[in-house]
Amino acid sequence: MNGTDERTLSPSAVPRACQQLSEEGARLQMAYAWFPEPGEPPEVLYLADRKPHEPFPLLRCRLSAAGEQLASLAPEIPLLGWYEREITDLCGISFQGHPEPHPLVLHEGAHPSIPPLDPRYPKESMIAYSSEPWELPSVEGSDVQVLPFGPVRGDVLESAQIVFYYIGEAILHCHPRLFFKHRGMEKRFEGLQPLLATLLAERISGVDSVAHSLAFCQAVETACECEIPERARYLRVVLAELERLYNHLHYLGHLCHTTTLKVGEAQGKLLAEQCKQLNAIFTGSRFLRGLIKPGGLRRDIDLEALPHRLRMLEPEITTYMQELEVTNSHLDRLITTGHLPRQLAFDQGATGPIKRASGIDRDLRCDHPYAAYDRLAMDIPVRTDGDAHARAQVRMAEINNSLSLLLQAIDNMPEGPVETKLSAPAGAEGLGWCEGTRGSMYYCVHFGANGALARVKVKSPSFSNWRVFPFTVHDTNMMDYAINEASFGLTMAGCDR
Amino acid sequence: MPIWTLFGVKRGVATSAWPGKEDPDLQSGLLGMPKFLPDHCQENCRACADSCLPGAIGVESDSSGERLTLDYGKCIACQLCTEVCPTDALNKSSDWAFGVRKREDLVWAEALASQPAQELTSKIQKCFGRSLHIRHVDAGSCNGCESELQALNNPYYNLHRLGIFFTPSPRFADLLLVTGSVTYAMREPLLETYNGMPEPRWVMAMGTCAISGGATAGGYSCAHGLEGVLPVDIYVPGCPPNPAAMIHALLVLLNRAAQHVQGGHYAK
Repeated sequence: MNGTDERTLSPSAVPRACQQLSEEGARLQMAYAWFPEPGEPPEVLYLADRKPHEPFPLLRCRLSAAGEQLASLAPEIPLLGWYEREITDLCGISFQGHPEPHPLVLHEGAHPSIPPLDPRYPKESMIAYSSEPWELPSVEGSDVQVLPFGPVRGDVLESAQIVFYYIGEAILHCHPRLFFKHRGMEKRFEGLQPLLATLLAERISGVDSVAHSLAFCQAVETACECEIPERARYLRVVLAELERLYNHLHYLGHLCHTTTLKVGEAQGKLLAEQCKQLNAIFTGSRFLRGLIKPGGLRRDIDLEALPHRLRMLEPEITTYMQELEVTNSHLDRLITTGHLPRQLAFDQGATGPIKRASGIDRDLRCDHPYAAYDRLAMDIPVRTDGDAHARAQVRMAEINNSLSLLLQAIDNMPEGPVETKLSAPAGAEGLGWCEGTRGSMYYCVHFGANGALARVKVKSPSFSNWRVFPFTVHDTNMMDYAINEASFGLTMAGCDR
Repeated sequence: MPIWTLFGVKRGVATSAWPGKEDPDLQSGLLGMPKFLPDHCQENCRACADSCLPGAIGVESDSSGERLTLDYGKCIACQLCTEVCPTDALNKSSDWAFGVRKREDLVWAEALASQPAQELTSKIQKCFGRSLHIRHVDAGSCNGCESELQALNNPYYNLHRLGIFFTPSPRFADLLLVTGSVTYAMREPLLETYNGMPEPRWVMAMGTCAISGGATAGGYSCAHGLEGVLPVDIYVPGCPPNPAAMIHALLVLLNRAAQHVQGGHYAK
């Protein structure tokens, strides 16, 4: 696969190779499977991230027969646990010795005729489903109460169910049940041409439209060995940072909502709205959709007036963040809340601002630069406290960072075309990545014949962070739950796909 | 320590009086649904239909030749058709206030029925006066619609000023506002929420996904939005509809604003 340092192994050699990667300090990023030819056994791929500026190691193993079992790596590399369960649900491969051998992406009671990602799966047939009881951890004790919260929750929230085992105010155990919103997005890419598929990538998570379409288009460009024009690279930075800006501002406002700082909430959401309005003025879309395409951008945009607008906004944003940082009632609720230790963050796969708030100094914009990030100066804000406050602080520093990146990118913007033609050779494969608002985004694309996509794997940051999140909830209290969840800044759509 | 009340007072009023007064709708620059000028359409050209991911544009042929069909209830406003059209039959526009009471009003019609846009019923007004309580259910969206629904309560739009509120319990709700294409797993919670609402009750399909499935229709895990799931009283296409379009649709439902779209034709 283009963009990776790949090795093909036999299934039995995979555990040793993964262990070796871990020992070298690499971190597994994801695993997925696909069916290179209909009716033939599937191939399983493991992607890792070794060191900054080194290619991503990719392990590939082809099963010798359908129904062959693989050894589960989850006991040693816990973050792979969810990926293995997803592979079981969607590709029908089982993993021996998995610590949580239950369905994940498809709910209990969903019985597809054949695994949905098998190319032979009939396109328009909805899986048979009747609700069935599902696997819950057993927590016993005379005063323990169980509270299933959701999937329809208060306010305007995305659908998810959180089951709490609690005594009074104290949460003993928290068990999220997700994937109510699983829309089978990866399957929808099958057979599409890359341009139309970009529209799909934009709609995996609305508030991460740029990050998804960017990672997808970069994967396609890598597969096609296509270099995009310089101006398009800079414009992509502008779009990505505008997305980060409105998301982080909304995040701060929402965090104030959970700490009941009403004016702080209003101000954060007001600033986020101002950014969305800027998005519409400069790109025609409040979500920055409809611009990024494989090979560059669909059309050029005029950014002449943007620096002025950003400079007008900057003092307001700075004052807002300064005031938040000296508001005791707000800080009291954040400091020590939802503590995530560094090792746990690393082992369970935390990404983005969450891992950077727990002392892991990684950011794909610097470590594996794409678009025009290698031409621009930026810092990676890192905190070591690992609590809700650290997570907010990382985002605040990233807001300043984004403003600086935006102004630099517009300042140094070269003239020229914004797109180039590309065509995909049959069987082309590519890896694309980007650091979205919520963390690292990876796309693996496999082309079939006629320039159409055969398989697209989406690794979204919320999938990683939702796995980590419950570890910060066990043994805490109900009062802090909403604050803690807000401090993670998770999306359901990105996680469930 | 900052005195936030003072901070708020100093910041002043941000709320737009739109649509009540001459205030701006805050959507400048925003691209809405493509504007269709059938007279410009070239024969034997399928460029737009071939570039339409959700199948909102199709080609119908009969004895008199080929004709384009256009269904705004499937349109995700991706603008691709406006970029591939060689003759400007499909154009970028700022038409976004697409909330309608009847599904067929989103489908392009050659000739419009001569009757006035809607026969206004005063029933909803009688029931609720000027107030409305909404229960939102996310039945499998991309969270774009949720992001804009949350924006309704930011200081700019401040939905409360119109007497419209979100409520946590379906028992207190008058309107079920649905987003997303209705996944197999959300179908039951959605129906339970609907059944938990007292009558009379209304249903709003918010966003193209909730109307027809949009870009995520069908497949192994999704339905085609609310089609065949719940009766819908008001449709708001858009991907996602912007906050002003949402407010407009809510006011159309309450008979406090006029519907702009009839037979796919947009008239302000």
